[in-house]
Amino acid sequence: MEHLINIVLLGLLMLAGFAIVRTKSLLAVAMLTSIYSLLSASLFVVLDAVDVALTEAAIGAGISTILMLAAIALTSDEEKAPRHTPLLPLFVVIATGAALIYGTLDMPRFGDPAAPAHRHVAPTYLQDTPTAIGIPNVVTSVLASYRSYDTLGEVTVIFTAGTGVLALLGFRPRRRNTEDTGRKKLVILRVVAKLFFPLILLFALYVLFHGDYGPGGGFQAGVIFATGFILYALAFGLSNSQQLIPHQLLYVMAAAGVLIYGLVGIASMLLGGKFLEYQVLANDPVTGQHVGILLIETGVAITVAAVVLIIYYGFVSRRPAPGDI
Amino acid sequence: MIGLAFDILSWVSLLIGAIFLLVGAIGVLRFPDFYSRLHAVSVSDTMGTALILVGLMIQGGLSMVTVKLLLMFYFMIFTGPTAVHALAEAAIEGNVKPFARKTGQ
Amino acid sequence: MYIVVSVVILISITMGLVRAYRGPTLYDRVMAANMIGTLTVLMVSVLGFLTGRPEFLDIALVYVLISFVSTIAVLRVSANRYGTARDDATGSAQE
Repeated sequence: MEHLINIVLLGLLMLAGFAIVRTKSLLAVAMLTSIYSLLSASLFVVLDAVDVALTEAAIGAGISTILMLAAIALTSDEEKAPRHTPLLPLFVVIATGAALIYGTLDMPRFGDPAAPAHRHVAPTYLQDTPTAIGIPNVVTSVLASYRSYDTLGEVTVIFTAGTGVLALLGFRPRRRNTEDTGRKKLVILRVVAKLFFPLILLFALYVLFHGDYGPGGGFQAGVIFATGFILYALAFGLSNSQQLIPHQLLYVMAAAGVLIYGLVGIASMLLGGKFLEYQVLANDPVTGQHVGILLIETGVAITVAAVVLIIYYGFVSRRPAPGDI
Repeated sequence: MIGLAFDILSWVSLLIGAIFLLVGAIGVLRFPDFYSRLHAVSVSDTMGTALILVGLMIQGGLSMVTVKLLLMFYFMIFTGPTAVHALAEAAIEGNVKPFARKTGQ
Repeated sequence: MYIVVSVVILISITMGLVRAYRGPTLYDRVMAANMIGTLTVLMVSVLGFLTGRPEFLDIALVYVLISFVSTIAVLRVSANRYGTARDDATGSAQE
């Protein structure tokens, strides 16, 4: 039965991809991409990859759609007609696709327990996590503890991306209240945004601190945080959202998150362990792991939220007219 | 016995909810203009969502699952109509004309 | 029972996708996307019960919030671009 649902979802993904290629209006394409992400996230749910599904939903369907829309708002929303014939690109795409399909012939069967991916290090992680780290969610333990170097690298990449966008787009502050008069139409949205804003932040904290037990963690929590502030900016305008969280604070936050992560590593070195070896952070090694994972997840969340908001502010503040996105 | 009664109640709720969703989807596909399609999806989706969530809550019993379902219920009961209202308003501003027959005014 | 509901939801998603492809206006597509968002939320919750893993509900909750915010975002962009009724004081005609 699950196979049937998988097949139907894959078919729907193909349909959505076809629609994306055929549509000319870029706003519509952004919507269709968001649908595509939602569908692939449901596919991940059916495949039991809960953490990936959460990430895909928050980042693919949420933030990347919003950032795409913010970029479209600065340019045109009509796709330009190509000036060359599509034959060569078509050939390249077909050749690449054929090569990829040929590559899958060697791969182990779907769900094969004897696949190399399941035999190399995965059994160690699955066996050791309950005793060595003591948290139920193995994904979090792999991400934040066994492979914390990788995650540090990822956070640094995100920080660099934020710095790059900042260098390219900058931020143009607006005078206060130039955009906030006479918008009676937004009353309902504003009431709902006011109701939801604290709940979204609370839910982000839940995702952050519950990441040890269920799906979630720093990346997703950061994105949900940013989504809350973006909802606020959409309903009340950029200058009001600036009052709430000024962009100077965001610069500090983006750097602070990475710093927290690195300082946890240095602290564990000073306490006699290796870099990012959390066992030494508390008397009990398992508690040390807990403390270390929570600290670095918090750092990740702070950096991700700040960088997403920096990118969003960067795009939106460039709009010459008082449009809010 | 009481368990069976709860099961039947939740199944009925789930089924009726699914029928509402299906009817809304057919309306979205078949209705002639934007506003009637919007009407089809907004009304039936809210009802279908409510029924399905209630059906799941009965299955969940008194637990954390039900609390989360209640939270979802709360969110959806607000977001659905707000999004539809914003859509209708944006469509009016964007000059989408309602469908009308030429004759027999 | 859960299977019947999830099949019905999948059929509805297909219909919504057809509407999202056919358009004809941008608002139709946004409406379809919004509907698919709602349906996906319900499907994820039902699938959680089907497979006996209720922590899927966290994902469903994220979906609710995310699809709402992205719907609002696309409407604000389109209102800034295509909106003609600029009754407010700030709406100096852009573009």
